[in-house]
Amino acid sequence: MHAQASYLLTVVTFLPLFSVAALLVLRSDDHVWIRRIAFAASVGEFAVSLLLLRGFDSTDASYQFQEFYNWIGPSIHYHMGIDGISLFLVLLTTFLTPLAILCSWKSIQHNVKGFFISLLVIETAMIGVFVSLDLFLFFVFWEITLVPMYFLIGIWGHERRIYAAVKFILYTMFGSILMLVAILWLYHLTGTFDLPVIENILANSAPLSPTVELVLFGAFFLAFAIKVPLFPLHTWLPDAHTDAPTAGSVILAGVMLKLGTYGMLRFCLPLFPAAAHKLAPMIGVLAIIGIVYGALVATVQHDLKRLVAYTSVSHLGFVVLGIFAFNAVAMQGAIYQMLNHGVSTGALFIVVGMLYDRRHTHEISEFGGLATPMPVLMALFIFIALSSLALPPLNGFIGEFLILIGTFATHHAWASWAASGAVLSAIYLLWAYQRVALGEVTVEKNRALPDASGRERFILGTLAVVILFMGIASPYFTRPMEPAADALLQQMNNQLQRPQNAMRRGVPVKIGPHAVVLPAALAERQARP
Amino acid sequence: MTAVTISLPEQIANLRRIAPEIVLCIFGMIVMIVDPFVKPASRRALGWLAFAGTLVALASVHVAAAEMGFAYSRLISTDNFSIFVHVIVIVAAGLAILGSIDYLDREGIQRGEYYALVLFATAGMGILAGANELITAFIGLEMSSISSYILCGFRRKAKESNEAAMKYFLLGSFATAFFLYGIAMIYGSTGTTFIDAAKAELERQLAANGHFPALAILGLGLIFVGLGFKVVAAPFQVYAPDVYEGAPSPVTALLASAPKAATFALMIRIFYVSFHSAGDIWFWVIWISAVLTMFIGNLGALVQTNVKRMLAYSSIAHAGYILVAFAASTELGIAAVLFYLAAYVLMKVGAFLVVTHVGQEGEKRLNLQDYAGLGMKQPALAACFSLFLLALLGLPATGGFLGKFFAFQGALDSARAHGGWVVALVIIAAVNSVIGAYYYVRVIVAMYFWPQSSDYTPTRVAPALVVALFIAAIGTLYLGIVPGRVHSLAESAAHSLPLQSAGSNGPSNAIVIAPPQNAR
Repeated sequence: MHAQASYLLTVVTFLPLFSVAALLVLRSDDHVWIRRIAFAASVGEFAVSLLLLRGFDSTDASYQFQEFYNWIGPSIHYHMGIDGISLFLVLLTTFLTPLAILCSWKSIQHNVKGFFISLLVIETAMIGVFVSLDLFLFFVFWEITLVPMYFLIGIWGHERRIYAAVKFILYTMFGSILMLVAILWLYHLTGTFDLPVIENILANSAPLSPTVELVLFGAFFLAFAIKVPLFPLHTWLPDAHTDAPTAGSVILAGVMLKLGTYGMLRFCLPLFPAAAHKLAPMIGVLAIIGIVYGALVATVQHDLKRLVAYTSVSHLGFVVLGIFAFNAVAMQGAIYQMLNHGVSTGALFIVVGMLYDRRHTHEISEFGGLATPMPVLMALFIFIALSSLALPPLNGFIGEFLILIGTFATHHAWASWAASGAVLSAIYLLWAYQRVALGEVTVEKNRALPDASGRERFILGTLAVVILFMGIASPYFTRPMEPAADALLQQMNNQLQRPQNAMRRGVPVKIGPHAVVLPAALAERQARP
Repeated sequence: MTAVTISLPEQIANLRRIAPEIVLCIFGMIVMIVDPFVKPASRRALGWLAFAGTLVALASVHVAAAEMGFAYSRLISTDNFSIFVHVIVIVAAGLAILGSIDYLDREGIQRGEYYALVLFATAGMGILAGANELITAFIGLEMSSISSYILCGFRRKAKESNEAAMKYFLLGSFATAFFLYGIAMIYGSTGTTFIDAAKAELERQLAANGHFPALAILGLGLIFVGLGFKVVAAPFQVYAPDVYEGAPSPVTALLASAPKAATFALMIRIFYVSFHSAGDIWFWVIWISAVLTMFIGNLGALVQTNVKRMLAYSSIAHAGYILVAFAASTELGIAAVLFYLAAYVLMKVGAFLVVTHVGQEGEKRLNLQDYAGLGMKQPALAACFSLFLLALLGLPATGGFLGKFFAFQGALDSARAHGGWVVALVIIAAVNSVIGAYYYVRVIVAMYFWPQSSDYTPTRVAPALVVALFIAAIGTLYLGIVPGRVHSLAESAAHSLPLQSAGSNGPSNAIVIAPPQNAR
């Protein structure tokens, strides 16, 4: 194990919290230095987190940079570690936070200190979720993410911010409290909160009875599905996004939604493989409904920010689909799409926020022909929109393509339905772009709007470079994911082939370089001469 | 009965075992004696004297802890369990006193007897925590209750304070009468009022007759009525919102926390020790009461716009969560109850002390509207209050979360004995804590998201209150982040109770030697 770097995850997790301490000593009306220190701290955090990349062994499927200390009593540990699934999610968090800070430079003018403290606390909590390998520790971070986000929406949000904030926190808390009961139940059954140990116990010595497994899976899945959000649990999302400040939306869409899909990958699948298999058809259908429904609803929005919010419902549907297709290719696609969505949708929200800073509205009808007064901003907008609608060779394409191709191998119908979502995304994004940017300037006061400032160019330019890089250099990202995804599927397979699960098991076959699990029926058909 | 001669060392050991009560009573009396000689303007010094009394009492807990064992013919049991509860109760009293000093000045009712009563009440709770005999427990209960009746009505000129005192007194007297009646029945069926001796006798009868004596069960029921009243368990909670709302806020802080801890301690001794073998019977009583308590508390709090009253309902709800752990009927359950009480006392006292301050003169500003914009006006105070509210809600990294966590864990752990019902109980508790989220969060919404109400001018937070809030906040965070030490203390406290059957093994063999009270 990589013992030499054993403090790195702790440092990466808690560094933002230390910068909060630095912010606390500043006078609260010293806005300039609060912003500078917050930005410097988050950039430093990003730099430190890059060390993870350097030390990461991308051929190793096991948890790396592990840290393990006793915390509370004999059964609760401070256990951290990352694998190919969580590595880039941590980096995504540390990458987006400085940009979120930078894009709030001018737009946040009251209670500045509280705002940046909230952002940094949320960063610590989210990284904590991604690196925790102890269910208790995980839950602590998981719940702590809610509070700063609640304040971000409630204090610095727009018109209906209080309603949105309360809805957000109650919705997500309801899901997570049942997960807490499930975690305690798992502890009751296994005597530990340590994830790898529980996996081991459930897989080998004390398998769950099918009913218990189903119930526990349900409790975990509900919490994650609300977070994702999976149709029909998505209704908090448009409200939260519409009324959140730009940075809040960036963090919410960019990272927080991924806590849900990450949770499915990390907990639902390895702990409860049989239940996951049993319910996968239903979940797949919900994901597809989410893809199509999210896209259709996005198309008819007249509020630009709400439109982008609904695209998240659609895109996260793809991710869930990729996860529950139980196929190495789709799973890698899903993990990759989590990153893509974070970057692209984060960028879209930043663009929307920049328009809001200028006009203080999200109504599409208030814009029109904006390419004339601000060509640079609109050029960056279309670039980002194209990445979001999955145009090759940009990043979105790789993710969706992997998901679709992987899903197709196991579920023809799912893939065909989901593909319609890719088409719809072109419709709503391009149409929105057309209404906002192209044609004559329709509202007179838009003529004088300033084009992107240096700061804004820097933010969007950085994101555009990353989008392009992720599009053409995708193997750089997918290679470390591959062993983890393969190992996860392998582990699920092993468990499904236990005698009592023989009825449900799939048969692994090789398609190209990737092991693919085919359902028994399909495998039979292939085996026929 | 022949006169029992007790040797001098034994006398001293006895005194040491009740050192905290002695200290509290002495300080209470000093306060009362000094009171007439102090000029009205400098009576607040008496508050500091009383606070010093709680500090000395806290130190004297060490004296008691060094001399574990039974005191005064087994009337008092000084064990880890009693020590743990003593600390909780004394800390709560100390914080309440700190919160009272400037409050009494503000309300113009600065009097020495107030502090004396708080100290006497605390001594009574200490006796409750250590009682190994039911009449002794009754004395402790009365000491704490009668003091609190008076404290409730301490704002003599305020109507609601008088109402609170009257209500609490009348209903409380009923409750203690029930308790006394219960004692009589248990004595009738077992021939003893000693908690551990009753255990042995009940087990003997169970083994001999194959069933529990009905009279004893009836007695247990009556005791539950009496003690359920004190811990505000449903259906005996009806008085709580009115009394808590009407009582002076620092008194409410004390009332909602310390007696609950002490009474739960006594309940644990009676239910877990005496009636250990009747666990299957009283499990259902606790189960039903827990569910009712949680729903009544949370649904009641949901519709309140008066923050003080909302917190009163919330303390009902918390009694429900504690009952969830109580239902476990295992050592883990006791540890969970104790830990929950420790965390609960800190966050509840803290929350009520904030209400004390924001209420301003005459306690007129108790409505949610008065908290609007507090986050901008008094950021530190609002941050403290948010912390307490989030802890009451059960957010991780606060003591409130770990309280719930251990409670749920303890309850689930007993699933083998109680089956699916205890799982259902935990799920009900979980759903309830989400209902709770709504009204706690609403106060935070008011403090941070609402525009600042114009007619509220913040007043400076007095240093004594700052200290109290600081201690409560640090304690809440401490229990949330590094709870290991306190939890292991709670575990050893739970372990110090003689739960196992007398005949089977170990520590409670001593019961046999207990002097039979009804020897004829």
